[in-house]
This record gives sequence, structure tokens and C-alpha cells, in this order.
Amino acid sequence: MSPRQTTPTQDLMRGVWKENPVLIQMLGLCPALAVTNTVMNAIAMSAATTFVLLGSSLLISLLKNHIPKEVRISAYILIIATFVTVVDFSLNALAPLVHKELGAFIALIVCNCMILARQEAFASKQRVGRSLLDAVGTSAGFTIALLMMGISREVLGNGTFLGVNVMGPHFEPWIIMILPPGAYFAIGFILLGVGYWQERKQPPTKRPRDWPHGVRSSTGPADSRRERQVA
Amino acid sequence: MGDLLFIFVSALVINNFTLALFLGLCPFMGVSARVATAVRLGMANIFIMLITALCAWFLNTYILENMPYLRLISFIVIIASLVQITEVTIKKISPKLFRELGIFLPLITTNCAILGLAIFQTNRGYDFAQGMVFALGAGLGVTLALVLMASIRERLQFSSVPSLAKGVGMVMILAGSLSLAFMGFAGLFSA
Repeated sequence: MSPRQTTPTQDLMRGVWKENPVLIQMLGLCPALAVTNTVMNAIAMSAATTFVLLGSSLLISLLKNHIPKEVRISAYILIIATFVTVVDFSLNALAPLVHKELGAFIALIVCNCMILARQEAFASKQRVGRSLLDAVGTSAGFTIALLMMGISREVLGNGTFLGVNVMGPHFEPWIIMILPPGAYFAIGFILLGVGYWQERKQPPTKRPRDWPHGVRSSTGPADSRRERQVA
Repeated sequence: MGDLLFIFVSALVINNFTLALFLGLCPFMGVSARVATAVRLGMANIFIMLITALCAWFLNTYILENMPYLRLISFIVIIASLVQITEVTIKKISPKLFRELGIFLPLITTNCAILGLAIFQTNRGYDFAQGMVFALGAGLGVTLALVLMASIRERLQFSSVPSLAKGVGMVMILAGSLSLAFMGFAGLFSA
């Protein structure tokens, strides 16, 4: 894909839903599952990840001509790790309670493959403005996915939204939803919903065959279109 | 001794890295389609985890005492170079094992379970023996989860599931059931 093919609006909107990093591309699943037991945690995690993604996209697209191709992945990881350290220590100073809730998962933003994927696929090839737009869109998509998880888990598991009771006094909370299995169930059902939505959108005759998981259809119109945009 | 046993069992089943702490989900989703590959990846994981625990303990004890802000960066660099060194060494010593591990070895660098291990070990202030036992337990736990998942998915290939549920959604719900089962271990050490 040559750099001029997409418009700035496409750069911005692509990550929000059509190529949502968590729900469609399955990147960054660990934080999406681990720290979404309350809406507040989901918001804090999204904010931290947004900062890291914006910062590293900016720096990497500025430095793209100075980073040797052979060591680029290591260089990206080091840049990301620097921003994560900044977030880790700032959050510890500004909001120690939130930092305690999120625990090691702030530090583990380094391993969020969503961030590295955006750097490798986009920021290292594009101009600064475009990279920032892409980072904003991807962060928005990440935030949407985390909020979907956080809201469904907190409302069902605790009967509250941001600590405010929304389900009435006679609601028996589904405790399981705020425990680890609930995270898997929530993301599982959300993914099934997304799959249903994608299937509905395709004209019935042009549906790609059912491939086993991990194998990409080379004939399906939707899949090849998505692959071109990712590349 | 009881302390070490507790750390081991806790990392193995009670706080299983994959099913309770959500670490290392990418390989869990990506390479859990066949049991044979799952076992190999698990072995590679255990190996790297043990070496990482050793290095993290060394760094924490002798070098990074007064520099917590450099911890994350040092860990990431150490893990990346460790994986590289291990790869070269295995290639030299046992080309057969190297071929069997294939692409999984370099991919371990970006596995959050490894970095998570180093961070947990630091936060909990484990000494050398505790760190090694923790790494062994965590590695075996990851392997256990991978093998269980791969076994279920191998059986699943012969059953008819709706086309909608053939993707990752189904795997997630299965993982939820596994996680539910593993919660039963939580009462193991309550007394």
C-alpha cells in the first residue's frame, strides 16, 4: 500500500471499529481481559495505553529515518518501554489507588502487541500527522472494546456503573462476571456478537467458506479487502 | 519448605498465569490448535522463564537496587537478548530441538507471561530459591493450560459447531469454562 492511498479520515476511523484492535484484530487481549472488572479500571487502562501509543507513534514516526532496519523492533520496544515507565511512575504519584488496582498490568503495556503492531505497520512508514491520527483512532477502538467489557462486567457482576447502583435493590449480582472466568465469557460473547454482525453484513452468496481457525480465506471479498488495508 | 511448595502450587494452578491472570494469551489463542505444538511451546516457555527468573533475581539483587525506573527497560532488554542467546545456543548444541521449536522461540520475546513473571517476582521480593520455584510453577501452569486447551480444540474439530462459533469467540468461552474449573483450586491452601 503506497502512503497516499488512504485519506486522513480513513486513517483516523479505521482503528475505531472496522479494524478494532481488540475485537477484530485480536491484539492486546491481555489487558482487555485482566483489568476490566470495573468501568473505572477500564477507563484508567485505556488512558494509560492511549498515552503510550500516542507518545511512541509520535517519536517513532519522527525517528523513522534514523532507526536502522535491522534493529527496528528492539528500538521500538525500548521507546515503548520508556513511555510505559513514564506512565507507571506518574500514575503511582498522581493516583496511587488506581495504580494499585491495575498492578503489574501498567508495566505490561510494553507487551501489548497492539502498540508494536501500529508502530511496525504504520508509524514507521508514515508522516507524523498521519501516525498520530492512526494512533488516536486505534486508541479509541481499544477504549471502546475495554468499555464494552468493563460495562458488561461491572453492571452484571456488581449491579453498578462507576460505583452507582443501576440494577435496583432486588438484583442479585452475577459474582462470576467480576472474577477471571467472567472476563473470558464476556469477551467470548462479545466476539460472537461481532462475528454475527460481520456475517450479516456480507451478501449471502459471497460469504467465504468456513476455514479452520488461523487460516485466512484468499477468495472471500471481505477478507482480502481487510488484508489489503492492514498491510 | 512449605513456603516453596505454596509458591509452586499457587503459580501452577491457583493463580495460573493464563487462566487466572490473563498473561500470555496470544500464544494461548494462536498455537493451541494441536497438542504436540502446545507441549513444545510450553517446554520453551518453562526454559525461558527459568532463565529469566535467574537474571531478574541477579539484576534486582546486584544492579537495580537504587534504580527502579530502569527496571522495566532492563527486563525487556534482558529478555530479548536471552531469547536470542538461547536460540543460538540450542541451534549449536541440538539442531533437532531447534527445528522442533521453530518460530515459537523468537516469539517468546513478546510474550507478556515472561515479563509478568519478572515483574511479579520483583514486586513480591522473592529470593533466589523462591524465584526459581515460582518460575517453574508458572511455566508448568502455562504448559498445562496450553495442553488442556489444545486437547479440547482437537476434539472440537470432529464435532459440529455453528459456523458463527468456529472462531476465537468459542475458544474464549472454552477458556472461561477452564478458568471456572481452575477456580476450584482456590480453596487448596485456605486453611
